Amino acid sequence: MEPFRPTRGGGARAVLAPAEASLLRNLVGQVMMLIAPDEPHAPRTEEGAERGWDDLDADLDALTEVPEIPDDPVLARLLPDGYRDDPEAAGEFRKYTESSLRSAKQQAAQEMLDTLPADGGRIQLNHDQAHAWLKALNDVRLALGVRLNVTEEFEEQWGRLRPDDPQWAAYEVYAWLGAVQESLVQALA
Amino acid sequence: MSVAPAEVDLPRSADNPVSDRPWVTIVWNDPVNLMDYVTYVFQQVFGYPRKKATRLMLDVHHKGKAVVAAGAREAMEHNVEVLHGYGLWATVRQDN
Repeated sequence: MEPFRPTRGGGARAVLAPAEASLLRNLVGQVMMLIAPDEPHAPRTEEGAERGWDDLDADLDALTEVPEIPDDPVLARLLPDGYRDDPEAAGEFRKYTESSLRSAKQQAAQEMLDTLPADGGRIQLNHDQAHAWLKALNDVRLALGVRLNVTEEFEEQWGRLRPDDPQWAAYEVYAWLGAVQESLVQALA
Repeated sequence: MSVAPAEVDLPRSADNPVSDRPWVTIVWNDPVNLMDYVTYVFQQVFGYPRKKATRLMLDVHHKGKAVVAAGAREAMEHNVEVLHGYGLWATVRQDN
């Protein structure tokens, strides 16, 4: 890869090898799938069965449902709570903002894919596209970071792995993504 | 959308009773986000000069969290939405 350099108008440019482009496209695609909204929950009743108190309960729950932080730790980090120590406020905030946050992240990811040729080569980004890359790259790093349980001592964690450890490649990718994002921030800053 | 005031400490006045305590946006430390990225986000989102953005980033990094803006609750919630869009973890709290 040729690292990002600034371009006039607040954009950035770089050159990516085909394997690097392919890797980035793959990772961004995975995050997009994770971020895609869930199917809305329909109240469950059997065809023709009389609705009882349990069904009423389920209906009321669906109406007043205060969404909670996702169970998947990656999704939880990508869609974090907006209030700490206040589940009710957090639930309300999530109810009104989660779907637009998912949407915004999908948009950033899509914009990155749209400006990233499948076989790499020269990447040319205007300011808005560069911001989309920053956000999408960051989401990929968050996802991978959560999966790998990275801490502030990432270098030491990586250093302790044997080169034949199956996780070694993932650590290397995570480090590389950091370098890519850093080079883009430097080009824009 | 409204930009947070440059100073975090708001002056108290006669028409600002305790019940109208301002709300704050807090950013929390995490092991993934790059320091230069966090600094850049603070400059972009709040319009802070680099020096102030860097200081706030270092507060987040060393103290675990920092108050990055203060004002009306709705404005703080909007900040959190924008910051979450950049992948930072931010929350809203009422000031003490």
